[in-house]
Amino acid sequence: MPEIDLGVTPLRELNGALHKLPKDTNETHWVIDNPAGGHAIAAGLDAPLTVEVNGPVGYYCAGMNKLATVQIRGSAGVGVAENMMSGFVHVSGDASQAAGATGRGGLLRIDGNASSRCGISMKGIDIVVKGSVGHMSAFMAQAGNLVVFGDAGDALGDSIYEARLFVRGGVKSLGADCIEKEMRDEHKAAVHDILTRAGINGQIDPSEFKRYGSARKLYNFNVDHAGDY
Amino acid sequence: MCGIVGLFIKDPALEPELGRLTAGMLEKMTERGPDSAGFAVYGAGVAGQTKVTLRGASAEAIEETVADIKKAFSGAEAALHDNHAVVSVPTEDTARLDAWLDEESPDTEVVGRGTRMEIFKEVGLPADVAARFGLSTMSGTHAIGHTRMATESAVTTDGAHPYSTGKDQCLVHNGSLSNHNNLRRSLRREGMTFETQNDTEVAAGYLTWRMQEGLSLGDALEVGLEDLDGFYTFVVGTENGFGVLRDGIACKPAVMAETDQYVAFGSEYRVLADLPGIGQAHVWEPEPATVYFWER
Repeated sequence: MPEIDLGVTPLRELNGALHKLPKDTNETHWVIDNPAGGHAIAAGLDAPLTVEVNGPVGYYCAGMNKLATVQIRGSAGVGVAENMMSGFVHVSGDASQAAGATGRGGLLRIDGNASSRCGISMKGIDIVVKGSVGHMSAFMAQAGNLVVFGDAGDALGDSIYEARLFVRGGVKSLGADCIEKEMRDEHKAAVHDILTRAGINGQIDPSEFKRYGSARKLYNFNVDHAGDY
Repeated sequence: MCGIVGLFIKDPALEPELGRLTAGMLEKMTERGPDSAGFAVYGAGVAGQTKVTLRGASAEAIEETVADIKKAFSGAEAALHDNHAVVSVPTEDTARLDAWLDEESPDTEVVGRGTRMEIFKEVGLPADVAARFGLSTMSGTHAIGHTRMATESAVTTDGAHPYSTGKDQCLVHNGSLSNHNNLRRSLRREGMTFETQNDTEVAAGYLTWRMQEGLSLGDALEVGLEDLDGFYTFVVGTENGFGVLRDGIACKPAVMAETDQYVAFGSEYRVLADLPGIGQAHVWEPEPATVYFWER
């Protein structure tokens, strides 16, 4: 089990070593100490690894992740798991802006709060935030699920497409074309499935969430709105 | 881009470390701002005396100016820091010092003034700027630093932050204002003067003008949310504390940490990573369009 101290080993050396690993590598478990808020730690992984990062990370940690499990014991800076394709990223602290932005697959779990633009332009990723999310979260979200145990800030789901948003607490305001929708059994099952995959099933009853999604009124130009532009 | 650092000390035992900690934080922001750097330090002050930070064309030039000031103003004291000097005069003499500088040393710039505030700024890498002025040996209650990646105006010393907004007050800025030309014109009609094409100088001038009109700094920042169009994270220093304001969209990054010993600000967490007790600190991101203030 390689244990890397980023106070000693340069970050590029670490990321280079992780990128060189073949998919059938036996070195599947890596521990990274002393990240000190450095950027792009364990970004671009493409093998079924488990990477534990002990401490707070900077921007784009685990960005573009494929197949790997990345465990961050601390807070994460801007764009954690940005454009994730698959795998699992778990932040034990808070996450900064744009967590899980543009993610296409995989699961991002944040135990603290996520700040603004969480899940912006998400395209299939599932995101679970045990705290609250900031303003403009799920802006232009296209596919996937955002599950929030706490509250959502202003303009949730602005210009949303087909992503599903589940919020247990209050929503400060909904963005353009985002509306509350009925929480049917299939949606409770979906939340149950996501929480199970996130390893936190049984803590919250899925029926406590409200569902939000697209009113689908921005999909086509409406001539009655021509005067608004 | 640009990077901001700020450290407000609550525990007097940490005051001698202010400069050393701030210098370390400033250097961490080199990648966000390699063009110029500057900092304001709130150190010791004497009631009735005003410290005026001056900048000359060179270390020799400012040394000469300071020698002349000492001749013209009995009781003036000065500390030289490379091409900057902090001249301390009785507060009632400050108007006379301004007039004297206009007449006798027109190339000398007044960078800032106050009972406790000293401001230093110069083009170059943050670590070099900090070393030139001896930041790591300075002590005090709070400090604000800035590293600049120029976007809205040229890389010059005048374009470097912090900008003084009044006695013992300064402003640093990360972002860009989109209505600074219009606002500069409006403020000139109100009698304000500007030295550069820089957008932050306009924000500083705007706050100064609002405070001249009778608003507190906090209230000036509040109404600034309406009048200043663009992206910004501001950190402002006052004699007794510092404040933070992000615009309503909050694109520009900001992280804060608080312990029993200090409140710290950084554009990125990296800035805070070496502070004492950071592992136990409360770390959070300031909310958009919300004025934060710490005073002691």
